[in-house]
This record gives sequence, C-alpha cells and structure tokens, in this order.
Amino acid sequence: MVIDALFEALGNVLTLQHFTYLMVGVLVGLVVGILPGLGGIVGMSLLLPFVYGMDATSALAMLIGMLPVLAIADTFASVLMGIPGSSASQATILDGFPMAKKGQAARALSAAFTASLFGGLFGAAVLTVCVLAARPLILSFGAAELFMLTLFGLSMVGVLSGQSLLKGIAACALGLALGAVGAAPATGEYRMDFGTLYLMDGVPLVIVGLALFAVPEIGDLLRKNSTIAERKSSLGTGWLQGIRDTWAYRWLTLRCSGLGAILGMIPGLGGSVVDWIAYGHVVQTSKDRSQFGKGDVRGVIAPESTTSAKEGGGLVPTLLFGIPGSGSMAIFLAGMILIGLQPGPAMVGQNLGVTYTIVWSLAIANVIGTVLCIVLAPNIARITTIRYALVAPFMILVISFAAFQPSRSYLDLVTLLVLGVVGILLRRFGWPRPAFLIGFVLATQGERYLYQALQFSGWSFFGRPIVIVIGLIIILSVWLGARANKGGGSVQTEGSGAISDSTHMWPQVAFTAGVICVFVFTLYETVGLSLLGKVFPIGVALVGLLAALLIIWPQWRGNRASREVFDGEDARRIDDDGPVGPLFYVAWLAAFVGAIGLVGYFLALVAFFVAFLRIVAKSSWGQTLVLTGAAAGLVLLLASALNMVMPSGLLQDHFHNYLIWPLR
Amino acid sequence: MKSPMRLARGAVAAVIAAAGLALATPGPAAAVDFSGKTVEWWIPFSEGGGSDVWARFFAPYLARHLPGQPNVIIRNVPGGGSITGTNEFAARARPDGLSLLGTSGSTQFPYLLGDTRVRYEMADFEPVLVSPTGGVVYIPASFGITDASELGQIADRELVYASQGATSLDLVPMLAFEVLGLNVRHVFGMTGRGDGRLAFERGEATIDYQTSSAYLTNVVPLVEAGDAVPLFSYGVLDAEGNVQRDPSFPDIPHFLEAYEMMHGEPPSGVAFDAYMAFFSAGFAAQKPAMLPRGTAPEIVEAYRQAFAEAVADPALQAAKGEVLGEYDQAVGEDTVPLYQVATSIDPEAREWVRGYLRDNHRVTLD
Repeated sequence: MVIDALFEALGNVLTLQHFTYLMVGVLVGLVVGILPGLGGIVGMSLLLPFVYGMDATSALAMLIGMLPVLAIADTFASVLMGIPGSSASQATILDGFPMAKKGQAARALSAAFTASLFGGLFGAAVLTVCVLAARPLILSFGAAELFMLTLFGLSMVGVLSGQSLLKGIAACALGLALGAVGAAPATGEYRMDFGTLYLMDGVPLVIVGLALFAVPEIGDLLRKNSTIAERKSSLGTGWLQGIRDTWAYRWLTLRCSGLGAILGMIPGLGGSVVDWIAYGHVVQTSKDRSQFGKGDVRGVIAPESTTSAKEGGGLVPTLLFGIPGSGSMAIFLAGMILIGLQPGPAMVGQNLGVTYTIVWSLAIANVIGTVLCIVLAPNIARITTIRYALVAPFMILVISFAAFQPSRSYLDLVTLLVLGVVGILLRRFGWPRPAFLIGFVLATQGERYLYQALQFSGWSFFGRPIVIVIGLIIILSVWLGARANKGGGSVQTEGSGAISDSTHMWPQVAFTAGVICVFVFTLYETVGLSLLGKVFPIGVALVGLLAALLIIWPQWRGNRASREVFDGEDARRIDDDGPVGPLFYVAWLAAFVGAIGLVGYFLALVAFFVAFLRIVAKSSWGQTLVLTGAAAGLVLLLASALNMVMPSGLLQDHFHNYLIWPLR
Repeated sequence: MKSPMRLARGAVAAVIAAAGLALATPGPAAAVDFSGKTVEWWIPFSEGGGSDVWARFFAPYLARHLPGQPNVIIRNVPGGGSITGTNEFAARARPDGLSLLGTSGSTQFPYLLGDTRVRYEMADFEPVLVSPTGGVVYIPASFGITDASELGQIADRELVYASQGATSLDLVPMLAFEVLGLNVRHVFGMTGRGDGRLAFERGEATIDYQTSSAYLTNVVPLVEAGDAVPLFSYGVLDAEGNVQRDPSFPDIPHFLEAYEMMHGEPPSGVAFDAYMAFFSAGFAAQKPAMLPRGTAPEIVEAYRQAFAEAVADPALQAAKGEVLGEYDQAVGEDTVPLYQVATSIDPEAREWVRGYLRDNHRVTLD
C-alpha cells in the first residue's frame, strides 16, 4: 500500500498543472531566499493568499516547492555578502564569507549547493519512511528531553567562543538575558518590557540575527574603498572543486543531514539553532581546526546539509500531529486547513497520498532549486565586484525591510539600530556573536522546558533514559570541544588574539562595564517577581556578571597578554580608506531610522538613497535616480504583495487622512 | 420555538432570512457602493493563525456579496497578543466601510479582564458577523471513568493541564475546572493547543481540551483506541443566550449538563457567571467581524446583508470544512445580541476573576 501510494503520488506531481504551481513556489522561494534576511515566514506569507480556491495538490506543491529552494538560495547572501540569508543560514557566514573574500566564492557556493541538495533529498527520504513510524519517537520527547536538547545547544558555546571562553559565556548570558525580555513562560509576568506592548512577546529573532551579523558587516565593508571580492574575479574558479569537497567529506555530509533530519523532527527546538549545532559539531569532530572561521569548506558543508535536511524532518511532526516546528510551518499548516486538510493521524492513513505528494514535491523542488541556483550564481556573484558604496544602501534597504516583518512596527527598526550598535561593539571587542545568538534563541525554550519538566515530573526527570543519553552526548561534546584548547585552538569567530598592543584600553573597559550594567539591570528588574518568574533571569545575570567581572579585571589592569583583552581597532587599519568610518556609519543608520520616525518608511528610504548615493557613493544624478527608483520599486512590490502598511512616522500620522498608499 | 440564529443553518433558510433583511431595509443599502474600492480586513494576528485563516476563508465571499464587489484584502497587524493591532484600529480606522476588524477571544479577554493596556472599547464597534467555535474536554481512559457523572471519583486526585497561559483562551477550561470543583494543576508555557495534546499523549498532562476540528482528527482516534474519554463540550449559545449542545458533538453533554451529572443540580454563583462570560467571549462568539465606531447605519446594514448572503452561498457551505465546522454563523441582526453577550461581563464576576488569577496565579493586570 505504501509503495503504491508513493508512485501514485509521483504520478500526481508530474502532471503539468501540479508542476506549474511547483515552479511558482520554487521561483518565489528563489527570490525570497536571495534577498538577505527574508526567510520562510515571508515566503509562506506571500503565497498564502493564493492558496484559497486552489486544488489540494497544486496548493501543496506551491507551498512545499518554496521551502527547499529558500534553504538553498539563502546561501548567496551568507557566502557572497556575509549577511544572513535567513535566520537558518547564519553559521554558513563564518567560513563561507572568508572563502568568498579569498576568491573562492564559486567553490563555497558549489559545496554549499551540493551539500544542500544531498541534505534536502536525505530529508525527503527520512520523511517518506519516518512519517510512518515517528509517532513513538516524537512522543518520547517530553519537556525534560527538550530541556536537555536546549542544554546541548548551549554547550556549543564552548567551541564557538574563540580565544576567550569567558567572553563566550558572558556573551551567551547576554543573549539569554535579552531572550528573557517579555512574558515569563511560567507565570506570564512581564520582564524588562519597559511597560510597552512591543516587548511583551520579546525581541524578534530576525532582528537579533540581522543586528548581530548584517549591520556590523555592512559597516565593516564600507570602511574599505573597494568591492567585496578582494581578487579580480568575482566567483573564482572551483565549481568542480566544491563538488569534490562535498564528496570528500561525504560522511560529514551524511552525519549532518541525519542530525538535521532528527533535530527537525523533534518539535520544540526550533529551526534557528540547528545550523550552529552543525557548525559546532564539525569543529568538535575535526582534527585540524586551524582554518575554521577563516574559510574552511567543512564549515560551509556542515550547516548547509543540516538546514536542508531539517525541512523534510520538520514536516514529520507538522503532518502527524499538526504541530508546527517553525514559523513557516505554522503558515503551511494554515494553508493546509484552507484547502480542507487537517493534519493528524490520517496523514499516514487515508491521506497517505497527500503526504507522499508533499515528499515528491520536496524532492523535485530540491533538484530544480539547486540547478537554478547554479545557473544564476555567476550573475548574482557579480554583486561582489560592484563598488560596495553602491551595494550598501540596497543591503540596508533589505535588512530594514526584513526587520519590520515580525510586528510591522517602527520599534522594529529602533531595535535593529540599537542591537546593531551592540553587534558592532561585540565584534570590535572580540565577544563571540554566535554565542550571543545561541543564548538568545535558546533562552525562552530553556526556561520554558525546565519549568515544564519540573512541573510535570519533578527533579526525577534527570533519571529518564533519553535525558541521560542526551546528558552523555553533552559531556562528550564538551570534551571534544575542550580538546581544542590544547591543540589548535577553537574557532576564531571574532578576530584572532595576538598580544594586544592597543594604545587605549578604555574602550574595552567601558564596553565590559556596559555589559556589567546590563546584568545589574536584569537583576534589578526581575528581583521583585515571583520565584518562577525570576529564577531564570537572575541565574543568567549572576553567571554573566561573574564572567564579565573576570573579563574586566585584566582589562582594567592593562594586562595586554590576557586572552580577555582584545580590540579590533588595534590592527586598524592600513586599508581604512573607505567612504564611511564606523561612527559615521552608525550616524547614517540613526538618521535613516530617525527619518522614518518623522516621515515614514517609504519617504525616508527615498531620501536616504538619494543622500547616501550622492554624498557617500558620489554617484551622478542619473545613477542616483535610477538606483533610487529601483529601490522604491522593489519595496513597493514586496509591500503590496504582502498587503502591508510600512512603519509610519509622526508627520504621516498627522496628515494621515490626506495621504494615499504608499505614503500613508 | 426555532430561534432566528438556528434559521441560518440551512442554506435555503438563510437565503430567506437574507431576503427578509433586504426587504426590511429598503433604500439606503442601495446607496452603498464599493465598486473599484479595496476593503482592508484588519487581523491583529500574524499570518497563519486561526483568525487569519478564518478571515482569508471569508474574504472572497464577502467581496462577492458586498455592493460593488470590492477587492477584500487581509491586513495582518500582529503583536502584543492582538492588543496592539486592535488599539491601532480603534484609534485610526475610518468609518467609511473600507476598514473591517476581525478579532478573537484573545482580544476580548484582556478587555473583559480590564487590562490597562487595552485602548479599545468593544461596545463602540459595529458587529457584522460572529463566528462561534467549540471544544471538547477529555481525560485518559485509565482513570476508569466513563462519563461526567463519575467525575466525583477523581475529585481528590490532582489532574495536570498543559496551558498556554492564565489569561489566554485556556482561561475558559481553567474556570470550568474551578466551577466543577476539579483539582487541576496548570502547567503554563505551551505554545498552542497541539502542545497540550502532545503532553496528554505522552502522559505528562492528564486532562486536556481540543477545539472541534483538532478533536475530530486527533482525539477521536484516541477515543476509538480506548485511550481517552470525552467529558464534555463547551456547547454553543442559542439566540436566548442558553447553552445548547455543540452541533459537532451531539452525543457529548455540554458543560452545564456535565455539571448536573456530577453535582445533581445546575451550576450557579459568581464563579459560574465568570465562566459564562469568558466561555461566550472565547467560544460561543469567539470571532466577531466589526466596523469602526460611527460607521453609517446603511454601511453596517450592507455588511450584515453581505455576510448573511455569504454564509448562505452554496459555494461557502460546500467549502467551509474545517474552518467553520458545523457551527451556525451569526449574521444580520443576530450578531448584535451575541456580540453583546461576548463583550460584557458583570463587574462582580470581573472582580472575582481578577482576584482568582491574582491569588492562584499571581497575575496582575494593572
């Protein structure tokens, strides 16, 4: 029966109508994937309005067709521009972008695409088989097991800390404290929300990811008066080399695909840490770690195969239990309900054909997506040969547009600006941003699952067999990571630690003091809450405080040999001849956000483009107008497709009744 | 006597009702014309939520039956547990018939509880459609209880309920358990009812409820396998405000019946009043569609008539499936009393709930 269903579904998928809709999904996924910062949620939101009234297989083909392509195409931004293509492809930046700078973009991309293709097909295969038998596996992961998985994720901080483990711990605690903003999972009390509705649900993940990785990177590239690619050729050669790389590390690819499929299958961990877990895994299990963070192809293969395999795995709980594993799955579920399908046990019974239609769509879209990305790569890669001052405003456009997707609020942009400055400082002073991000992502889950596990089964949950197994894996993983410190050192995520010879020590002391203030504030804000509401933020703040104090001590003493002393401005910078220094860059961003607050997003964007292109890029009026027009057109197209009002400013609110879209 | 709301059940009957409405309001309705316009249907939740799906389902039928057949688009304004978007609508939407609001129990609850962040007055809006929904409470079969009359046997036993939060829609089961006198520990922080069902299937939770369509697809198999036993449905409200059995579950007693089976008398008292207020807002009239304050009566009429015709549309009836379930949609003049029940609460009952939440779950709403 299963085999019959499988082939019957293939027949359905290969009809012209089904295939056409699949291609619609693939193309939307491609565009959304290429645009930095936009991920599955935006893609699904774009497609959802069309679902209604379509027949079931066409609608499923369209929605599913988008997923794998997005996971493949988001590599472009990560590798070519050092900006997260979506929240699932952040880890790819660490090695992919250095490879692109070294002129190995083609090799990095082809390795990423082949790893993605393999991972995606592996995920589809897992879905085919596991959907029949995964019920007991998923049911065996209760709150206690999910808490242990969260700890597993946090244990990756060890290998992602770079030269200073203390800074890794403090950065992770900072992320955890930021993640504690909003309603406490156990009690619903509001923490550190400054009495605003905006912070009630916490800070959106998309914004944190863009602020930590995209904002600093754009600023850094603007300091150099050049293009992204430091060599002449945009892509370099090495298409075949990339494929050979994936083949050479085939066992790694397989392992990471398996990891992705399993982590995707367990609902509750969320999709946005699996890339970091994969990255941590490849570092832990490699003998030679000297090149990680500087352009090791394994650092591209591991996260890419994992995130693609995750898509297939993530569909298992979605279809079997109707429980979405991620934001995009939640919208996919809504689409299913709109076409009259309620997920549940029937998906492996009378609706098995539907399930296998999904499997085939996933597999076929994977192949088509990979081919399209390879075909398009040379053209897309040309962006790295364009003077960066012309590229930067577009990057700022896309990340600001992506930033206000979660709540469509002006405050999204203010948050992006504030956290962006934090990201710039973290980078400058060598505080590992991956550790911060992991802490942020896992904060809510860690607290929620610990509380639930204690409520459901008390402290005895530590005796549950799967909990013990995961506990042993964590110990093994920490041990594997710790070996690094004797041998080649762990990953250099934030600059390497030669003996610091900075003339001024005060900037880093001031920053560390600022971090201490954040932890003190966390303590002050939460100490008055009920026990269940405060125990987590207070614990985090105390750990962070201790680590930060240990960091500030050598900095204060001026001990330049210490691992904790680092200032990225030291080596600055012979090639520091770019159009915009760091302070001016922040000023530009602040002016943009301020202008939005005054006249709204659309007008502020136009003004920002004209000003930036004329003053910074020194473009001619003709070029300025063409580029500004293109930017305005792109924004209007996306905004109208999503039926959204862009964040508005005070003047707009005042004259609201006299204005028409897009001005209002 | 057959209530006006019941009339809407059959498509034919609803057409007659709609025709009656049209006759009752001659003239002005004809002046309303939306041709070439775009109606924005505000949903204070993100894409993919229950209210979003509900509005997206209705939108094409609404467009077809409004005068001039405007373009109807969904505008998601998420954040702040739906308070943000509703506040914004109340402050900003113009009463020209081109802005419509669709909310949910999670919008009504903070309003009923007197949450200070709420800046909307539900009584100011003009309801034009009210959609009910339902749910069924069930327990593991291993307790050896076959129906609600035997609930007294486990009155001493501590049950565990996996909740999304004390002020979420899960307030309704919380109050139901309180009224019944069950000893239930609420474990918070679930991200959806699906999480709760999973916790139940794992054995972590020992009492749970699912909304109708999720119950039918995911719990009925458990009941058939002998793993779970349904206790009661929340029921629906008829036009006189009486609780009736849920049309999706004619064989399952509703909450009031279950109470009588357990205690031998109908429920009463302030806790029960509070339960009824939140049950109405969270289930019996969960999703209202509303026009802004001060909308001209002829526009309100045009919308009420359009929704009446939309609900009677055979195409909608054929497609409603999981989205609307078996529930009668309140349309036309029927929306007003149901909306009023769902958006009002006795001050004494409100104070009781606030005190209950404060004392038992440390929830403060100021």
